[in-house]
Amino acid sequence: MDLKNLLAVVAAGALATGCAATAAETETASASASSASKSSAKTAFPSTYKSYSYDNTVITGVTIFDGEGQRFDNGVIFMSAGKIVSVGGPETVVPTDSRIIDGTGKYVTPGIIDIHSHLGDYPTPSVAAHSDGNEATSPVTPEVWAEHSVWPQDPGFSRALTNGGITSLQILPGSANLFGGRAVTLKNVPARTVQAMKFPGAPYGMKMACGENPKRVYGNRNRKPATRMGSISLTRQTWINAQEYKKKRKGAKPPKRDIGMETLVGVLDGDILVHNHCYRADELNQIIDMSKEFGYKVTAFHHAVESYKIADILAKEEICSAIWADWWGFKMEAYDAIPENAALLQQAGACVIIHSDDENQIQRLNQEASKALADGRAMGIEITDAQAIQWITYNPAKAMGISDQTGSLKPGKMADVVLWNDNPLSVYARPEKVWIDGAMLYDANDPNRRPVSDFELGQPGEGDVK
Amino acid sequence: MKHFATILVSSLALMAAPAVAETVAITGGKVVVGDGSVPMDGATVVIRDSRVVAVGTNVTVPANARRIDASGKWVTPGIFAGFSRVGLVEVGAVSGTNDSSATDSVFSAALDVQYAVNPFAAPVAVNRAAGVTRAVVSPSTGKSIFGGYGAIVDLGADNNPITKARAFQFVELGETGHRRAGGSRTAAHILFRAMLEEARTYSRNPALLDSDMLKASDAKALLPVISGKTRLLIHANSANDILKVLGLRKDFPSLKLVLVGANEGWRVANDIAAAKVPVLASALSDLPYSFEDLSATQSNIGRMKQAGVQVAIGMINDRDAHQLRYSMQYAGNLVALNKVPRATGLSWDEAFAAISSGPAEIMGMGAQLGSLKAGRQGDVVIWTGDPLELSTQVETVFIDGVEQSLSNRQERLRERYRNPTPGALPKAYDR
Repeated sequence: MDLKNLLAVVAAGALATGCAATAAETETASASASSASKSSAKTAFPSTYKSYSYDNTVITGVTIFDGEGQRFDNGVIFMSAGKIVSVGGPETVVPTDSRIIDGTGKYVTPGIIDIHSHLGDYPTPSVAAHSDGNEATSPVTPEVWAEHSVWPQDPGFSRALTNGGITSLQILPGSANLFGGRAVTLKNVPARTVQAMKFPGAPYGMKMACGENPKRVYGNRNRKPATRMGSISLTRQTWINAQEYKKKRKGAKPPKRDIGMETLVGVLDGDILVHNHCYRADELNQIIDMSKEFGYKVTAFHHAVESYKIADILAKEEICSAIWADWWGFKMEAYDAIPENAALLQQAGACVIIHSDDENQIQRLNQEASKALADGRAMGIEITDAQAIQWITYNPAKAMGISDQTGSLKPGKMADVVLWNDNPLSVYARPEKVWIDGAMLYDANDPNRRPVSDFELGQPGEGDVK
Repeated sequence: MKHFATILVSSLALMAAPAVAETVAITGGKVVVGDGSVPMDGATVVIRDSRVVAVGTNVTVPANARRIDASGKWVTPGIFAGFSRVGLVEVGAVSGTNDSSATDSVFSAALDVQYAVNPFAAPVAVNRAAGVTRAVVSPSTGKSIFGGYGAIVDLGADNNPITKARAFQFVELGETGHRRAGGSRTAAHILFRAMLEEARTYSRNPALLDSDMLKASDAKALLPVISGKTRLLIHANSANDILKVLGLRKDFPSLKLVLVGANEGWRVANDIAAAKVPVLASALSDLPYSFEDLSATQSNIGRMKQAGVQVAIGMINDRDAHQLRYSMQYAGNLVALNKVPRATGLSWDEAFAAISSGPAEIMGMGAQLGSLKAGRQGDVVIWTGDPLELSTQVETVFIDGVEQSLSNRQERLRERYRNPTPGALPKAYDR
């Protein structure tokens, strides 16, 4: 399948070529002294993101899901200087000189986070000139960085903000390759440059893929990998090369810089989080064993439609499953997907993340979480509304290594907040206001608080409600 | 306990699916007729044999009827998917199971989905269990701009899925048409006109047919399109492409046009309304996927409706073989727009009609399908609550008056892996 076809397929949603990487968020803080941190890749293309102006804001009388499983009825939230200051019930004390919003009948959640997006690297319009998600010229391309493909003018960013309340998202390379390259975490703030969207201090992710996509893309060209065993062998050999590079770099004569190897060593050192696109239960287990052979951690399996078959193993290994609510049947490895995947994982104590891999469904991750919740309840699994909200807030933040800064409404965290006009688990709910670092970047009641990308300026429908 | 649960589920599935029609009275539910009217509380629906025979709050329950108490439940017509490929595809990327298009066929308009629709396909069972009972099934295009004949199908668990064969012809006249015709919209329109004119020639004298231009089978297939006997479903999205489609009636005045997709329909809604061309529109397309969708918005359907366009929800190229169960969610999202300033949605009643009576009427089958009225086919669904709400589950499905099994692969996998760790025997023995 050539690039154009691959893109067309993604656009049609007929065959998810999405990417997966796993994030070993727990290791990132302690790994800063590793050799990878000394490489100049660590400081290249730095974030220039700065928060926009904010009002000190209080929302009262509102139902709050805090992102970590707690719910406050008739709640109060206070944001100041771009941070969450206090969150609680009606007794919460707040200053009177702030902007007060009456949240009666409305709901507050943390900003929604999509751990799996191709906004910017497979943007709309999805013309061939924009097909920048798969460097499908070699199955091993750890050297590429998704951020170098991201087009900040993708209108999809603004839709994700206004219809979906998305405040942070991870942009991944596609899944044509075994090693797809580095992923980047962005704040969903319109900007002229990608650097001005980069989430400050977020660890990098690395996209890996197993299963049908790499073997189809390269097998069709009579290249390795043409089989699943070919994929695993090439992946293992690459890790052996990375281990050698790491060893040499510590020696007396360090090798010439190799940006692909720098990324792989970053994974081995625990600085870079692995996001592994993988569908079938048996293959998830193969990847786990491979990670143990080389001493790295898979942070999340992406698209793992069969996670429910090994929910106990994934709970034990502490690997998140970043999944759709109900996609199925578009290809062979998605044939056994079931809508209760998320609930069965939750029941087993495994980490659940609902992701989109889709420029349309990123606009309603809240609804996708709600469907997964409903299907779980229908089979008798008890899950609270607040836990389902965690699937699209705190859990992805944790797997992206940014849960200390965002993903839940805890004092001191970034004021990334959505005010919904109804329960976000209802089909009838929409974001009313969205704050990122305390700056109100969307207000449904104000046509001027709605981003319009350069691409849409001067076009029919400019500034429309969409 | 685990085995008990499994056995219980299997036996319930068997018991709940009598193979024959009967007389059933569904009482006490909130009944949605599906024609855009306000739901009736505490109403009764009576099904006899294959049809609905009575609906209302003053209905006498026949003495021989099996009673289903639907107090606290919602009772609606089955969901009618306005545009789909259900039954044509088992696994999208496994070509032997995918009959949606024929890229290497020498035929185009003559292709007919009735020979491919598979009532035993897993997507039929999965979507049936979600409350979808009927669907417009269309081919995709292969080499030509014409895809062939589509059908109206039911999603019943029986051998015959076809409600109406050769219900319409499908053609691409937007960007896909541009590609199929050889690289321009001019090529697509000349090909369209040339094929129809060649079909006319063939009807006057088969010997004069230029078979390089058109196969005899394709010519025969186009004749009922030209005469307006068979609907012509045209996929076009841009405002300009839609206007050009409306203009086809100048040369072919009898064409019975239906627009599909129509992402920019709102911009030319008055023209569509004046031309009285109905639309099976994509509900939630709101991105410039291509330059033909620059002004796409979720308010498209609401705005067309306000302009007087006859419009219902279709799902062209949007997981249209597997996820017809999104229909309810899509309709619910259009209701949600009513609370968004400057957006235009549908009322709840209109939104439900857009996935029930709406498609049926657009396909000319409103008198038989899509609503709960005496004489309609017995497609009835009982829901735990508001059918457009995400938390609602399906309890019971009737198709043609026959209560359906809701069992499917997904439900069986779920039960097998309710507890993922193997017991005394491997998972392969858990059934």
